[in-house]
Amino acid sequence: MGDIIELASRYRDEGADELVFYDITASPDGRTVDRSWITRIAKILDIPFCVAGGIKSVEEAEQVLGEGAEKISVNSPALSNPELINRLSERFGAQCVVIGIDSQTVDGDFRVYQFTGDPTRTRDSARRTVDWVREVQERGAGEIVLNCMASDGVRSGYDLAQLKVVRQLCKVPLIASGGAGAPEHFRDVFIQAQVDGALAASVFHSGNIAIPDLKKYLKSEGVEIRP
Amino acid sequence: MSTSVRLAIIDSGGANIASLQYAVERLGVTSQLTTDHQVIRDATHVILPGVGAAADCMARLEKANLVDTILKLQQPFLGICVGMQLLFDSSEEGNVDCLGLLPGRVRRFPNREGLPVPHMGWNNLHIQRSSPLLKDFSEQDYVYYVHSYCAPVSEVTQATTFYGESFSAIVQRENIFGAQCHPERSAKSGALLLKNFLAIS
Repeated sequence: MGDIIELASRYRDEGADELVFYDITASPDGRTVDRSWITRIAKILDIPFCVAGGIKSVEEAEQVLGEGAEKISVNSPALSNPELINRLSERFGAQCVVIGIDSQTVDGDFRVYQFTGDPTRTRDSARRTVDWVREVQERGAGEIVLNCMASDGVRSGYDLAQLKVVRQLCKVPLIASGGAGAPEHFRDVFIQAQVDGALAASVFHSGNIAIPDLKKYLKSEGVEIRP
Repeated sequence: MSTSVRLAIIDSGGANIASLQYAVERLGVTSQLTTDHQVIRDATHVILPGVGAAADCMARLEKANLVDTILKLQQPFLGICVGMQLLFDSSEEGNVDCLGLLPGRVRRFPNREGLPVPHMGWNNLHIQRSSPLLKDFSEQDYVYYVHSYCAPVSEVTQATTFYGESFSAIVQRENIFGAQCHPERSAKSGALLLKNFLAIS
């Protein structure tokens, strides 16, 4: 991973609407992220940002938010301990609590996967995605990031079929993740799946898609977006 | 930004007041996060941020005996997010009487199909009047929102935002200012709002 301050400054200047900082190895290792960098990020960023990875308790969440993050995103720990969602939401308000869901199609149904940061530990959580989407909302999630695993890293487009199904059940903001490879993919996911946000990493990191160009394109295609 | 600015940020509790301090630091202004009456009275500018529920925020102000001090402020005074909602007569959130510096009752967004509550994300301003807070603003300026409650549009409304309905985005009466958005997280538009506020004398 490169210098995150440099990268965060670049995306801020290019017009990203929100940044998510993932430490995807945090949960499987049983360790947490080094949090000292969050304050440095908070000082330079003038857009909202979310920290994901290894937040397993209200105390850890409080630390992350206290350092200046707007939101915390919880994935595997919420599957191990769903009650954590309630406690986070009651303590900090639903608007702070993002639930990340890694999902893929298995035998025609969508299933939730856990510990996806470590291929040797990744496992089917024994939950159906639609059930988990309903449950996390009832427990107080303020936003859902749905990462469609089969599309992730493939750059052949977001999983529109799955996102459309989840959109129907999701009354809180829904962020699509996994599969962005071309500007058309962003247009399709906003227009067809009616998501509130689209998350992408590799196409931006590599410079394949520049955010200002993408925003101009989306506006010209009729997607309402901050210029 | 002028070095003569002495900014007091009222410590109303809540986890992320630091981001507001960082935002004014980026404008070259050092602020004091405080509940000290004298510091607040002596400041050239005062900001009331607000995180959490209106009733909790009011309770904290009352507990710190700050209500009277706030009501007597003559200098430019800006309420942000729940801090702006507290400027009004009352709020539906916890059914609480607020500061009463501005007329009206803050209400929850009704549930509307396709419009999740909280209203969370970027939205633009529709400018209604020419408040000094909105100097150099255009309708192309987007700001960042996170809120479930909103103030009605009235004669104090300087700009509105539309989310299923028009609500008060920027309000002002005399030295009392309010912004429903989070300027500290609203990129250049947010910095402009804060800069405009700190330039008011």
